[in-house]
Amino acid sequence: MRYLLVEDNLELAEAVVNRLVLDGHAVDHADCLASAEDCLAAARYDLILLDVMLPDGDGREFLERSRAHLETPVIVLTARAQVSDRVGALDQGADDYITKPFDFSELEARCRAVLRRRGGSAKNQITLGEAIFDPLAGTISHNGSTVDLRNREIRLLEVFARNPGHILSKTQLMDRLFSYDAEVTENAIEVYVGRLRRRIEGMGLRIETVRGLGYRMETGQS
Amino acid sequence: MTGTGSIGRKLTLLLAGVAALLSLLSWAMVNGLAKQAAERTQDNVLAASATTIAETLRSEQGEVRLELPYSAFSMLGAIGEDRVFYRVTAGEQMLTGYEDLPLPSDPPSQGQVVFDTAQFSGEAIRMASVSRVIFAGVQAVPVTVTMAQTRNGVSAITSDLSQLAAFLSVMFFLVAVAMSAFAAQTSLKPLNEIAAAVARRGPSDLRPLRREAPTELAPLMTSLNRLMDRLGQSIRRSEDFIAEAAHRVRTPLATVRAQAEVALRTTDDDAEKQRLRRIIRAVDESSRSAGQLLDHATVAYRAEDLSRHPTDLADIARKTVDGLEPTAAMKDIYIKLDTAPATVSGDAVLLENAFRNVLDNAIKYSPEDTTVTVRVFVENGYARAAVVDEGPGLGDGPAENLTERFRRGRNTEGIVGSGLGLTIASDVLRAHGGHLDLGQPTKGKGACVTLVLPSS
Repeated sequence: MRYLLVEDNLELAEAVVNRLVLDGHAVDHADCLASAEDCLAAARYDLILLDVMLPDGDGREFLERSRAHLETPVIVLTARAQVSDRVGALDQGADDYITKPFDFSELEARCRAVLRRRGGSAKNQITLGEAIFDPLAGTISHNGSTVDLRNREIRLLEVFARNPGHILSKTQLMDRLFSYDAEVTENAIEVYVGRLRRRIEGMGLRIETVRGLGYRMETGQS
Repeated sequence: MTGTGSIGRKLTLLLAGVAALLSLLSWAMVNGLAKQAAERTQDNVLAASATTIAETLRSEQGEVRLELPYSAFSMLGAIGEDRVFYRVTAGEQMLTGYEDLPLPSDPPSQGQVVFDTAQFSGEAIRMASVSRVIFAGVQAVPVTVTMAQTRNGVSAITSDLSQLAAFLSVMFFLVAVAMSAFAAQTSLKPLNEIAAAVARRGPSDLRPLRREAPTELAPLMTSLNRLMDRLGQSIRRSEDFIAEAAHRVRTPLATVRAQAEVALRTTDDDAEKQRLRRIIRAVDESSRSAGQLLDHATVAYRAEDLSRHPTDLADIARKTVDGLEPTAAMKDIYIKLDTAPATVSGDAVLLENAFRNVLDNAIKYSPEDTTVTVRVFVENGYARAAVVDEGPGLGDGPAENLTERFRRGRNTEGIVGSGLGLTIASDVLRAHGGHLDLGQPTKGKGACVTLVLPSS
C-alpha cells in the first residue's frame, strides 16, 4: 500500500509514518498543500491521510477542489471534533475522518475499511504457498474454497504473512492485535493463534510454536 | 416586568382628561346660553305684552281709560304654567292690577322698557315696565304699565336644556375615551409588533429585523439591529475561538499520543510500557472530555432552537453504524443492524450525535467477540432506536442517574469516558420531545439503551 500523509505537524507526521512503515506500507509525507499537489502529480497513491488545518490552506477546501479528478480515497485527520465538523468532512468528499488524537489501531482499521469499500483489494492479495490471502476482504482461499476471517485473525495472519519464516514474539503480536489499553494476557495470543490454526487447516500453512520465543509461520513450500 | 407604567394607559388618560375638560366646558356653555335664551324670550314677551297694554290706553273725557286686551295675556300663557301679574298706574293713581307689585327700579321714560327681577308672593318674578304719556284733557298724565311673570317656565326650560346638554357631554366624553384608547392602541401597535417579532425568535436567530416601522421607531430598530449584529459577531468569534482552541490543544496531544504509541511498540521494558500506557490513557481522557464538552455545548446551543426536518432514524442508525464499524472491528465486535423506516421530525445532526454517543458507549463497554444489536422500529406512535449490548449492564443504581452530567456508572473501571455521553443523548431527545430509555435486554445480560421519539 502506498499512502500519502499531508500533515504539517512534523512530530506527529514522523510517528504516523513510522507506524505505517512498520506495518509494511510505503508512505510519502507532505507538509503543506503545495507539496501534496506535487506528490499527487508524481505518484499514484492508494490512500491519502489529510490534515484539515495546513499552513497554506484548508484541507477541506483542497478536498472539494480536487475531488473531481482525484480518485484516491481520503481520510481526513481533524482536530475539530464538533458534530458539525464531522458531518462537514464527509459532505466535502472525504471517505472517512478520524479525530486527533487517534489510536493507531483505529487509524489502521479505518484505512482498511475505506480501502475495502473502494474495492481496492484485488491487487493487495498475498500469496501464501498455495493459498491466497486477501487482507482487505478478510478472506483466505485455497483450491477454490474461501474462508472468512475475523478482524483479529486477519491482522494476525497479516503479521505472519509479512514476516514469513520469522519468529514473532507474543509481545510483538499483542502490540499488533490489541489496542494499548486492552487488559490482555499472553494467553489471549494463544487463543487467537489457536483459532487461526483451525481456520487455515488443510491450506498448506503451518503456524509453529517456538518454545520460549514465540511463533513462526511456514508456507509449506520448502 | 416593572417599568414606568404603560405608555398606552398614559396616552389614554391624557386624552380622556382633555375630553372631560372639553365636555364640562361645553356643558357649562350650553347651560349658560340656554338660560340666557329662555330669559330673553320671557323678557321679549313681557315687553311686548306691556307695550300692547300701554298702546290700548286712551283718554276719554279727561280720564285715562283702559281696556285690557286678551292677546296681551295669551302671549304670556305661551311660556309654561306661570302666574302673571300686572299693574297700570296713571301718575300717582293706581288704575288696575296688583297694587303691591314692586315698583320698577328705575321709572321708565317714554318708549323705554325697564326690566326687573324681584320677589313677589314668595316667588321670583320678572317684570317689564313701559311708560307712556297720555293727554287727558289739558293734562299730560304719565301712565306706567308693569307686566310680571313667575320664572318657573324659564327654569324648567333651562333645566331641561341643561339635562340634555349634560347627557350629550357625557356621551361625548365616553366616545372620546373610547377613541383615545383606540388611538393609543393603534399608535403603539408597531411597537408591539416589533416586540412580538423579537420575542418569537429563537436564541440563535440574530438576523436583523426587517419590517416597516414608523419614523419614531426607526432609532429603536437601528440600535436593536446593531445589538444583534454585535451579538452575532461575538458568537461567531467565540465559535471560531473554540474550534481554534480545540485544534491547538488536540494537535500536540495527537503528537504525544502517536510518539508514545511508537515508543510502546519499540520498547521491551514492561515498566516502561506500563508508563507509556498511562500517558496514552491520560491523553485519551483529556481529548475525549474536551470533545464531549464541546459536543455538549453544541447540543445545548442547537437544542434551544431546533431546526426540524423529517429525518429517518433508520438512516441515521445505518450511517452511524458505518462510521463506528472499524472501531467495533478492532475488538471483533459485530454490529447487527435491523431497521424499519422510522421518520421523526428533528435536527439530524443532533440526533446522529445522540445515537453515536449511545452506540459508542455500547461498543466501549462490550467485551471482545460479542454482538451489539441495533434495532430501529415504530411502536405505539413512537420511533425507537434500541442499542443492545452484551456488556456488564448499567449496574444496580437508578438508571436515570446515568444521564446526569459527569455521572458514570459503577462498572466503568478501566474504560476511558467523560460521563457526558448519555447526558448529551438524553438532552437531545428531551429537546425533541422524546426520552432515553435505559434498561436491560429481555434475555441475557447487558444493557439496552433506547432512543424514543414521537413518530411523524
